Amino acid sequence: MKSKNNDRAKKGDLVQVYLVILKPEERVKKLPECTKRVPYEAWVKGILIDESAVIGDRVRIKSFIGREITGTMTGINPGYNHNFGLPQPELVQIGLEAWLETRKTEEDK
Amino acid sequence: MMKKNDYSSVMSRKGEILKNATGIDYQQFESSAVTFNYGNLLGSPGYSIDEVRSIQAETGVGNTPLVELKRITSLVRSLSPPGKGARVFIKDERANPSGSFKDRRASLSVYHSSRLGYKGVIAATSGNYGAAVASQAAKLGLKTIIIQEVYDSRHVGQPEILEKTRACEAYGAEVWQMTVGPELFYMLLLMLEETGFYSASLYTPTAILGIETLGFELAEQAKERVGKFPDAVIITHAGGGNVTGTARGLMKAGASSTAVIGASVDLRGMHMASDEDFNRKSFTTGHSAFGIPFLTWPDRTDVPRNCARALRYLDRYVLVTQGDVFYVTELLSRMEGLQRGPAGNTSLTAALAVARELDRDQVIVVQETEYTGAGKMPTSQLTFARENGIEVRRGDPKENCPGRTIVIPEGVEQIKVEDVDLDKIRESYIRNARQSVEDYKFQPFDLDFLAEDSKSKHDFVKRILSLSETEKKS
Repeated sequence: MKSKNNDRAKKGDLVQVYLVILKPEERVKKLPECTKRVPYEAWVKGILIDESAVIGDRVRIKSFIGREITGTMTGINPGYNHNFGLPQPELVQIGLEAWLETRKTEEDK
Repeated sequence: MMKKNDYSSVMSRKGEILKNATGIDYQQFESSAVTFNYGNLLGSPGYSIDEVRSIQAETGVGNTPLVELKRITSLVRSLSPPGKGARVFIKDERANPSGSFKDRRASLSVYHSSRLGYKGVIAATSGNYGAAVASQAAKLGLKTIIIQEVYDSRHVGQPEILEKTRACEAYGAEVWQMTVGPELFYMLLLMLEETGFYSASLYTPTAILGIETLGFELAEQAKERVGKFPDAVIITHAGGGNVTGTARGLMKAGASSTAVIGASVDLRGMHMASDEDFNRKSFTTGHSAFGIPFLTWPDRTDVPRNCARALRYLDRYVLVTQGDVFYVTELLSRMEGLQRGPAGNTSLTAALAVARELDRDQVIVVQETEYTGAGKMPTSQLTFARENGIEVRRGDPKENCPGRTIVIPEGVEQIKVEDVDLDKIRESYIRNARQSVEDYKFQPFDLDFLAEDSKSKHDFVKRILSLSETEKKS
């Protein structure tokens, strides 16, 4: 069960902050429509400097190389969740097909 | 007075920021608005190839194995006309410290920055290069900032780039994960100005000199293994550094008659600055959307004069499909016991088609592999593609459609390369040079420069320039 404390970080926690670098109207002029209408955004991780904060607070962090960055806290120790994906039926047969092809050639000889 | 940090103010300080961040005064190499002394610029850091090799040996970069792909070669031969089917070798660059050939260019740039007294390095890259810079900087005790294009506006991240974020953070880098947009360059300039760090651009002299050892090594290894230099070397092409450095290294080793072939994944029709297209492609580098524009205008980068000038060196440039590369990645794993990242196998894919055109006693070297893992596997990329509405099926690779359909071939014989007409590329390059300087009167030495820079002749340059003049007037 999730407790409310999951949204609260304390000094020393690893957190992620969010910054809007350029608002849509501040962006490069020559952009595809779909890119032009959204802001240019950034996320960066570091150690929380402030005593305590909840998601959505403006906080200060110390980055992995020791620089201070200010932004909106969006995550507390967010994970690396990219993965190996699902086995692909279109791929798994390729090895056997190639094996049969080379074997056929050897037998022809 | 506080400096203004809006987009146009920062861009107007570009020249000064880059001069401070590279230690290079690019103007001193320019003899006109068009011409610059490429050889002198590359020579300016003052490293011989032997020095580069020993600097790289210090951090465990280079000396990667050259592996013969015997079973793949015999499969290719079984499907080739009689007497055809060249021997295919692969340079296993994954054996470098951070898992790709990018360690070569990072190692020299980071070493150089440390020698110049910089306290840290910055690179704007979503690829293996970020991990390479962070790894080399860790070894030399420098700080690293990596700026990556990771997310679309829904905050959905490309799995391959999310893996690069993890890798860079594992080496201690401060990683900025950005949304889609060419403003990555603006972000880089902001960071360089704020920190005073070195710009570990992919396009400085050291970034190219570092790759020369790859061409040099493979030429030496081939000579030792098969008694001659390779007949062809196939190189995955994106920004141009890989082709440029490898080709120069081959020449330095004396392999001047080896054919230099570039290969990219065909992503024609997809827009790189499009928020919607961003997650509809399965390759984040090594593709035509970088490969072609960087040939027709190399100076579109984060330095005033790009040292990656692939058009000077390419004998041939070919495209393969996304589905072809996934097929060959699977084949490499199943037939040769090598699990390697998909993007780096672009050149291997092209090699299987080119090998069928060459004689059995000829030798092709595929000059790189890259590490693989979560996010970088064909399984993760195809799962992600399906989640983003891409159709995945087996069939004829001709039915591949970037951004819509990925077709995995039904056999090696279906894998074909599409040749890009290099004369058309040369023509575009010369036209772009014309457009880059308004009302400038070209001097004879400018024509010589453009001829050399596009591997063409003075007369060809002259003809294209006068064609574009006539069109302008009419």
